Amino acid sequence: MNIEEIIKEENKVYCKPELLEQVHMHYCPGCSHGVIHKLLAEVIAEMGLTDRTVGVSPVGCAVFAYNYIDVDWIEAAHGRAPAVATAASRLYPENVVFTYQGDGDMSAIGTAESIHAANRGENIVMIFVNNAIYGMTGGQMAPTTLIGQKTATTPYGRRVDLNGHPLEITNLMAILDGTCYVTRQAVHTPAAVRKTKAALKKAFENALAKKGTSVVEVVATCNSGWKLSPEMANKWMEENMFPKYPLGDLKNI
Amino acid sequence: MKEEIRLMKGNEAFAHAAIRYGCDGYFGYPITPQSEVLETLAELRPWESTGMVVLQAESELAAINMVYGGAGTGKAVMTSSSSPGISLMMEGISYIAASSLPTLILNVMRGGPGLGTIQPSQADYFQATKGGGHGDYHLIVLAPSSVQEMVDFVGLGFDLAFKYTNPVMILADGIVGQMMEKVQLPEQRPRRTDEEIRKQCPWAADGRKNGRKRNVITSLELESSKMEVINDMLQERYRTIERDECRWEEIGVEDADYIMVAFGTVARICDKARELAAEEGIKVGIIRPITLWPFPTEAVAKAAAGKKGALVVELNAGQMIEDVRLAVHDSLPVEHFGRLGGIIPSPNEIVDALKNKIINR
Repeated sequence: MNIEEIIKEENKVYCKPELLEQVHMHYCPGCSHGVIHKLLAEVIAEMGLTDRTVGVSPVGCAVFAYNYIDVDWIEAAHGRAPAVATAASRLYPENVVFTYQGDGDMSAIGTAESIHAANRGENIVMIFVNNAIYGMTGGQMAPTTLIGQKTATTPYGRRVDLNGHPLEITNLMAILDGTCYVTRQAVHTPAAVRKTKAALKKAFENALAKKGTSVVEVVATCNSGWKLSPEMANKWMEENMFPKYPLGDLKNI
Repeated sequence: MKEEIRLMKGNEAFAHAAIRYGCDGYFGYPITPQSEVLETLAELRPWESTGMVVLQAESELAAINMVYGGAGTGKAVMTSSSSPGISLMMEGISYIAASSLPTLILNVMRGGPGLGTIQPSQADYFQATKGGGHGDYHLIVLAPSSVQEMVDFVGLGFDLAFKYTNPVMILADGIVGQMMEKVQLPEQRPRRTDEEIRKQCPWAADGRKNGRKRNVITSLELESSKMEVINDMLQERYRTIERDECRWEEIGVEDADYIMVAFGTVARICDKARELAAEEGIKVGIIRPITLWPFPTEAVAKAAAGKKGALVVELNAGQMIEDVRLAVHDSLPVEHFGRLGGIIPSPNEIVDALKNKIINR
């Protein structure tokens, strides 16, 4: 059997999602964003929402998300994605609007917009990629940076007395009456990837059903910022991030 | 709703006008002296009649970014605030201008700087006309002098915003926001259908309808050569607006020996001053810029030609006077008279200033 005989439609077990653009991503090798983008592209296409979806990209590593997933996008100012999504969703209630935010966007500069959009119960999906560091600007401390974690602005490790505590904003989201689904997932193993995809699907279903705000946190790696190999970054995440940010549903109604 | 004549505050009239224009959404945060805009909209409940969205945001920062998001979908959306709140919106306004989105922003100016006062002012002229936010951009700035113009400029503002895909600011002083006057409200216009919006705004991020290519609203371009092209495009638009959209009003300029230049309600106080001066045999005309950007440079130069002097009257320490001086160069003496901190000058004070600063200088 030669290779041409094997490459046939009926033998296909996997392909690149149709909504994922054929361009080079700017993400670092090993970064979690690529997998999360792929899952989003799959979910949107599989749910038949290509012509009803508007994404709101953040300022942060995912600022160029609009170059990769083939739906309409609005690029927001740093932290303002939930406000942008609020209007886009209210003015086109038949559309599904999602934000894609990092830990700086969601839990530092955009805390007010994130909390208030969720508290109003906007029918949007908020995807929160938490890698405990500012990747795009070169690895500075995030609100979610762990105690002791070294970053460009905590070169000797984060200290409570200097820098305060890591912010578990997803836990805050879960206690708000406006949220219907708050979950924390990861994409470091095939099983985790499948769970994250299911979570994204559920979040989009909630938006369609007008159930309120869904928050999907993805605990992610930043191997460049953490200065670890992709493999070691996954290990470090399991050993250090998961105890502080345990995976699973925080709210599901 | 039919056309009707009512007695109301400028802020209330503005809210009525927004609904009647067929505005799709309002996003704002309370601040004196313009909170009646949001209060009136809430009272009128347009979401039950025209389908207009009205939302009290958690801050001016959120409000302007809601406007950015709403405008990004092609809908006709607006916000209103007053000076400190407008300062907070400046980042978003820069994004809106950079992304070429049509929006309407009302600033009912109060005295500053800082938290300042809640009394009327015109001290945000520089902020509105020279930038305010970062980068090379311009808002089209309209200055109403009556409650009627608060109504008329909603339609004019949205029309200009969509014509040029550029944000428009109505720069009102606190007087016109709070003052009650007779006003003619226009007939209710229907809101545009989604189909009409798609035709008018093929760039809108409203979901990839009919399988079209994706639309992206962004102000980001890391490649310098491309960013320069985007800037050149904006500048070309600004030159067109400067050429075609200057608006102003003149009162008794032709026979006058002197002119006064004033915008907003101050021009009406100047009109009374003009009458008082005429009783003393002083012939003074008024030129009132209606568009503050584009500034009616040629019209001001023409009005000033052959005159003995010009007095620029503003509720600030001297802002528009810079544009007046640029318009007339050194062809005649140009002086400023202003009151600060929320004080409104009387017509007599203005006549005295005209005598002291120009006639008997």
